[in-house]
Amino acid sequence: MTKKLALKRRGKDSEPTNEVVASSEASENEEEEEDLLQAVKDPGEDSTDDEGIDQEYHSDSSEELQFESDEEGNYLGRKQSSSAEEDEESSDEEDNEEEGSTDEEEVEDEEKVSKSKQSDDKPSGSGAASKKALTAELPKRDSSKPEYQDSDTSDEEDIRNTVGNIPMHWYDEYKHIGYDWDAKKIIKPPQGDQIDEFLRKIEDPDFWRTVKDPLTGQDVRLTDEDIALIKRIVSGRIPNKDHEEYEPWIEWFTSEVEKMPIKNVPDHKRSFLPSVSEKKRVSRMVHALKMGWMKTTEEVEREKQAKRGPKFYMLWETDTSREHMRRIHDPVSAPKRDLPGHAESYNPPPEYLFDAKETKEWLKLKDEPHKRKLHFMPQKFKSLREVPAYSRYLRERFLRCLDLYLCPRAKRVKLNIDAEYLIPKLPSPRDLQPFPTVESMVYRGHTDLVRSVSVEPKGEYLVSGSDDKTVKIWEIATGRCIRTIETDEVVRCVAWCPNPKLSIIAVATGNRLLLVNPKVGDKVLVQKTDDLLAEAPSQDVIESERIKTAVQWSNAEADEQEKGVRVVITHFKPIRQVTWHGRGDYLATVMPEGANRSALIHQLSKRRSQIPFSKSKGLIQFVLFHPVKPCFFVATQHNIRIYDLVKQELVKKLLTNSKWISGMSIHPKGDNLLVSTYDKKMLWFDLDLSTKPYQTMRLHRNAVRSVAFHRRYPLFASGSDDQAVIVSHGMVYNDLLQNPLIVPLKKLQTHEKRDEFGVLDVNWHPVQPWVFSTGADSTIRLYT
Amino acid sequence: MRRPKKYESGEATQYISRRAALRKLQLSLNDFRRLCILKGVYPREPKHRRRAQKGSSEIKVLYHTKDIRFLLHESIVWTLRDYKIFAKKSNRDRAIKDFRNLKRRLALFPEIKLDHIVKERYPTFIDALKDLDDCLTLLFLFSTFPSLHLIPREQSNLCRRLTIEFLHYVIASKSLRKVFISIKGYYFQAEIKGQKVTWIVPHYYPFKPQSRQEVDFKVMSIFVEFYTIMLGFTNFRLFHGLNLAYPPQFPSSVLQDSEESLKDEASFVSDRIAALNFELLRTDKVQEDEEELDIDMELLEQDGDSKRIIKMKQEAQEVSRLRTLFKGLKFFINREVPREPLVILIRSFGGKVSWDSSIFAGSTYDEGDETITHQIVDRPSISTQYISRDYIQPQWVFDCVNQRQLLPTNKYFIGETLPPHLSPFVDSKRDSYIPPEEKALLDPSLIETHVQSDDDSEDEAQEEEETVDQELLDAQLQLAYQQETAEYKKFGGPDGVNEDEEDPEDDDDNEDDDEEEEELDEKTKRLQEEKQKMSVQSGKVHKVNKRQVHKAEVDEHRLQARMVKPRHRNLFRKLIREKQSKEKEEWLLRKKRRTIEASEKEARKTAKREARKEAAAAAAKASKLGK
Repeated sequence: MTKKLALKRRGKDSEPTNEVVASSEASENEEEEEDLLQAVKDPGEDSTDDEGIDQEYHSDSSEELQFESDEEGNYLGRKQSSSAEEDEESSDEEDNEEEGSTDEEEVEDEEKVSKSKQSDDKPSGSGAASKKALTAELPKRDSSKPEYQDSDTSDEEDIRNTVGNIPMHWYDEYKHIGYDWDAKKIIKPPQGDQIDEFLRKIEDPDFWRTVKDPLTGQDVRLTDEDIALIKRIVSGRIPNKDHEEYEPWIEWFTSEVEKMPIKNVPDHKRSFLPSVSEKKRVSRMVHALKMGWMKTTEEVEREKQAKRGPKFYMLWETDTSREHMRRIHDPVSAPKRDLPGHAESYNPPPEYLFDAKETKEWLKLKDEPHKRKLHFMPQKFKSLREVPAYSRYLRERFLRCLDLYLCPRAKRVKLNIDAEYLIPKLPSPRDLQPFPTVESMVYRGHTDLVRSVSVEPKGEYLVSGSDDKTVKIWEIATGRCIRTIETDEVVRCVAWCPNPKLSIIAVATGNRLLLVNPKVGDKVLVQKTDDLLAEAPSQDVIESERIKTAVQWSNAEADEQEKGVRVVITHFKPIRQVTWHGRGDYLATVMPEGANRSALIHQLSKRRSQIPFSKSKGLIQFVLFHPVKPCFFVATQHNIRIYDLVKQELVKKLLTNSKWISGMSIHPKGDNLLVSTYDKKMLWFDLDLSTKPYQTMRLHRNAVRSVAFHRRYPLFASGSDDQAVIVSHGMVYNDLLQNPLIVPLKKLQTHEKRDEFGVLDVNWHPVQPWVFSTGADSTIRLYT
Repeated sequence: MRRPKKYESGEATQYISRRAALRKLQLSLNDFRRLCILKGVYPREPKHRRRAQKGSSEIKVLYHTKDIRFLLHESIVWTLRDYKIFAKKSNRDRAIKDFRNLKRRLALFPEIKLDHIVKERYPTFIDALKDLDDCLTLLFLFSTFPSLHLIPREQSNLCRRLTIEFLHYVIASKSLRKVFISIKGYYFQAEIKGQKVTWIVPHYYPFKPQSRQEVDFKVMSIFVEFYTIMLGFTNFRLFHGLNLAYPPQFPSSVLQDSEESLKDEASFVSDRIAALNFELLRTDKVQEDEEELDIDMELLEQDGDSKRIIKMKQEAQEVSRLRTLFKGLKFFINREVPREPLVILIRSFGGKVSWDSSIFAGSTYDEGDETITHQIVDRPSISTQYISRDYIQPQWVFDCVNQRQLLPTNKYFIGETLPPHLSPFVDSKRDSYIPPEEKALLDPSLIETHVQSDDDSEDEAQEEEETVDQELLDAQLQLAYQQETAEYKKFGGPDGVNEDEEDPEDDDDNEDDDEEEEELDEKTKRLQEEKQKMSVQSGKVHKVNKRQVHKAEVDEHRLQARMVKPRHRNLFRKLIREKQSKEKEEWLLRKKRRTIEASEKEARKTAKREARKEAAAAAAKASKLGK
C-alpha cells in the first residue's frame, strides 16, 4: 500500500517549522497532524497558497528522503535511508547522524533527551535537531504566548554560565566550566572516577534518571513528566499527550471543484479590484506606444516585410555621367546572343523545315551538337495555340549563365573583310597581252614520255628528247616530224645551240653527250657546221688524269654519222642535264652521281673539258650560264651557288628554303633568277637585292618541274606535275627602285596525266610569245 | 645585380589560376562562384597560355590577378564568411534545441547588399541598359517558376513584379520596335535611350524538373539575385525619366471604391498592374510628349540632304508611324490566345484592348461591345460572330508591328492557313537567301507581278488540260444550251438567228489567191533570186560563248587568288570556305523552295482536275436524268 505524503516547502508561513520530515513509518496521527498544519492537497490538485513545487513521494517504491533547500537557502542535506523496513529506532539513529559527528558514538537515550531539552545549548546546533525538538514542542505552544518564548526560557535556564554557545570540551583541562553573571568561575563539581560511578549506579536508585548538564556539570534528576515525554518521543508519538490525533477532520476549504457557480449572479464589477502594478505597467506601455518606442506585433511584422525586399532609389543621376569607382581590370562585356532567323519561327517558310536527309543528319550529330547546322530543329505549327514550351529553354538559359561567368574573355580584333580584299591588286591580264592563251598545235610521234624540248634559235624547228630513246626534230609551223634520231639509251636532255651560225644539238643520252647536226634549215649553215665538227683541233694542253677518267671526246662512228651525230663525249656517269653558254662555244653537263666531278664544262672549239669544282657541295641538280657575265649558277638540292668563272670564286649563295630544287631559269638581263622546286613553289630571286627570294609563288598544285623565261617578252612559264603550264608576266624594270611585277596570266591545262607526271619541260619560242611544253603523255604542245 | 628569374614578371604574374585565387581569397569554390557572379568577374584568355600558366600547357581557368585583388577588397566577402558562421551556429542551436537563441539568430541573418555592385559594374546608366538582355530573359523565365527548393517563392515573385514594371515602362514609352514568335518564345526588341534591348518571354509553362547535370538552379538563382537588384534600379530610373511614379500606382480614377477594391486593396492594385491595361499615375500633369518629336524632325529637315540624314529621317518617320499603329483600334482577346504578349503589343502602339473578365483581372469592356474592331481568335471557328469586327489570328498583330503598317486582314482571318511568320531580326543587307515572302515585303511591286506570273504559268499549264477536258465542257455547254432553247420555245419569244456559220469560209479564199499569183510571176521571181544572190548578206553576230567566258574569268580569278600573301593564306582560305558554305546553304534553300512550290502546284492541279471531273460526272448524270 502506498501512502501519499507531501513534502512541502513553505516560505511565508509564520511558523518556524520549515520542513517536515515524514518517514514511511509515520503513524497516522502524525499524518493527520501534518495535514492540518500544511493543508496537504489531494494528489492531482494544484496548490494555491505557495509557489513551491509540489512533490509526491511513494514511500514504498522509493526510499529516498529529500531535504530541499528552503526559502532562506539553508541546505538541509539529503540522505538515503538504508532500509525502509527498520523500526523507530533506526529513524532515531538517522536523526542522530544528521545532528552531527561531534557527538559520541554511543548514543544514549538520556543524552538525547537532554539534547532535545536544551537544543540551543548543543555545541553543534544543527538545524535538524532543533527542528526535531521544536516539533516536539509545537503542541505545547500557547497561542497567547509569543512565539519564541520557549527558546527564551531555555536561555534563561542556563543563566549561571555565561560562556555562551561554545564546545564545552574547551574547558576540559580547567577546573571551572565557565563564568557566572558575576564573572566568577563556576567550578566543576567534583568528578568521581569510574568506581564512584559504578558505586553510585549500584547505590542510587535514581541513577537511571540522572543526567549531566554539560553546561554546569551538575547532575540533574529527570522528573516523571520528563520521562513520560521522552518515552512518547522515543515511541514516535506526538510528545504532547493532550493532543487528540483522531479528532474529526474539518474541511475548511473544499477539495471538490464545483462545475456550476454557487451563486447564480456573477460578481459585480465593483467587486473587481484592479491591480495597481498591472495598471502601471499598462500605462507605461501605452506611453511607449504613443512615443513610438514600442511597436505592435502587426507593425513589427509589416516592418520586417518591408525590410526584407530590396529598396530602390536613383542610383544613376544622369544617363551618361560616370562616377569614378574601382572596377574590374579592363572590363570586357559579354557578347550578346545571336538574334533568331527565319528558321526559328513558329511558322517558318516551308524551305526552312528539315527534309528527311537533314533530319537524319541532325539526329546523327547528337553527340557533337556543335557540328549541327542549327542548334534546334525547325518546326511548323498551324496556329499559336499549338506551340508548346520549348523543351531546352531552361538548359539554354543555364548555358548562357555558365557562359557569362565561366567563359574566358579576351578582346580580339575581328576581321570583317571580304576575301577579295586579300588578293593583291594586280593589273588585268588583258592589259598585259600578248601571251599564249590557247593550245594551237600538238606534236605527236613519241611513244614514251618526252623529257626535254628545245627550239632552234631562228624559231623554225624544234627538237625533243624522249624516253623511247629517240630524238625528234619537228617543224614548228606544220607539226611535221622531220627527222628521228635513235639513240642507245634514254634521252634525258636536248639543247639546241643558241648560236645562230651553228646548227648543233646537244643530246644527253645515258653516259654519252651527242653533238648532232640536225641537217635542217640553211644548207650552207649545215655544211659549215659539218666541216667545223669534222676534224678535231690539235690538243696543245695535256689533260689531267682527273678529267681523262671522267670524259673522253671522240668523233662519231660511221653509222651514227649518218644519223647526224658528229661528236660523242663519253662521260663516266649518266648525264642528266646539258646547257649551252650563250655564245655556243661552251656547254655544261650535270651528272648527279658524279660526286665532286658531277658538273663539267666542255669547250667545243678546243674539244676540251674542265671540272670546275674540286669539292662537291651537295647533290647538283641544275647548272646555268649567266647570259652576260662569266658566271656559273649551280643548284644543289637546297641552295644555289653563283661562281665567277674568271676569278674562280664563289660570288653568292642563294637560300631557297625549299626541300628540292628542280630547275632554274635566268632572266635575259641576268639580274633575276627563277627557281622551280619539287615542293610546289617557284622562287623569284632578285640577284641585286638579297640572297632570299623576292617572291615565293605557289601557283601550282603539285611539284614544279621546270621554268623558263622568254628572251624578249616579259613572260615566264612553268610546267608542273599537275599537268598545267602557267604563263605569267614577269616585268623587270630598268629603274632599280621599282620592284619586278609578277602577274600570273594563264593556266594552260591540256596535257594528260600519266603515272603522277604531267608536264616535264617548258620552253619558249625565241621570237614569238609561244610556249612549248612536253608531257608524260608523250606529246609536245604549242600554246600561242 | 640579381638575375631575373623565369615567371617572375610579365604574363605569368598577370594571371592567376582558380585554385590559387581560392587560396588567396580563402573561400570555398561555391562562395567564390557566387562572388564571381555577383561581381561580374570572369576568367581571361591569355595571349600566351603557356607563359601565363608558368610553363604548363594544360588548359586552366585563369583570372586576372588584379581582378582577384579587387575581389579581396569586396565587402560581401565578409558577408559570405558570416553566412558560414551563421550556418554553423544556427545548426548548433538547432541541435541542442536552443530555440530562443535560434530565433534571435535568425532575426540577425546577414543580408547581402548589392547596390554598390550595380553601380560599380555599370558606371553609367547606358551600360546597364546595354547589359539588360540577359537580365530580362532570365527574370522573365524566373517569374514563371513555381516555388522550388533553391528558388524561394519570394524571388520569383520579385521577378514577376520587376518584369511587369519593366513592361509598363515599355508600354508607356512606346519603345517596342520588333517582335517575333519563335519556337522558343516571344522575342521582343525595344529601343531604350538608343540601346536595343532584346528579351525572350518563354511560351507557357517553361518549367520542367531538370537533373542537376543539365541545369543547376543554384547558379541561375545567384544570377537572378543580382539581376533583380539591377533591374529594380533600372526601372526606377526609367520610370522617373517618364515622370511616372515608382513603384507603379494608379490614378484615383482607376481605383473606384468598388467592393473588390475595398476588400483587399493591395491585391486589387497588384492584379490591375499585372493586367498592363491601365495608365499609370504620373508625377507631372503633362500627358503627351509628341511635340518634341516633331521638333526633331524639323531639325533633321534643315540639315541638308546627305544620305545618312535622309535615312535617319525615314527611320524617325517610320517610328512615329509605328507609335500610333493601332490608334483608334479596339481589340478583344479571346480566351485561348496568350494574353500578355498581345496586350503589350496593342497597348504600346496605341490600341485599346480587353478580354474576358473571367480569365484575368483588368478587362475594360466585354465581348459584346459594338465598337470593337478586331477580335483576336486562335481557334478554327467561332459560333457567334459580330459583323462589325474582324476575326483575326494573333499573328496579324505581330506581322503588323514588324511591317510597321496595318496589313490586310484577309490572310489572317479565322480558320485561314497563315502566311509564314518571318523574323524581323534578319539583316536584309546580307547576301544570303531571302525567302520570296520577305522579298515581296521588301518590294511590294514584286508581290503582284509574282502572283500574276504565277497565274499565267498556271494558265499555260492548264491549257493542255483544257484540251483534254474540252469535250466534257462542250457537253456541258451543249446541255445548258439545249435547256435554254427549250425554255425559250416554251415561253415563246422572237425567233433566234444563228450567227456563227459565216466564219470558216474566209481562210480558204485567201489561199486560193496566193496560188494564182505564183503562177503568174515566175519570171520576176527568178530575177529576184538572182538579185538576192548578188546582194550583200547580213553578217552573223559573233556569238560569245558565255560559259567559256565565265570559265576563263573564274580561272583568271583563281590564279590571282594564288598570289595571296603567304601570311594571309589561311585567313583567305577560311573566308573562302565560309563563303562557299553560305552559298551552298542558300542554294539548298532555294532548291527546296522550288521543289516545294512545284509539288504544291502539282497538288493544286490534281485537285482542280478532280474537281472538274466530278463536276463533269455530275453534269453527265444530270443530262441523263434530263433525257
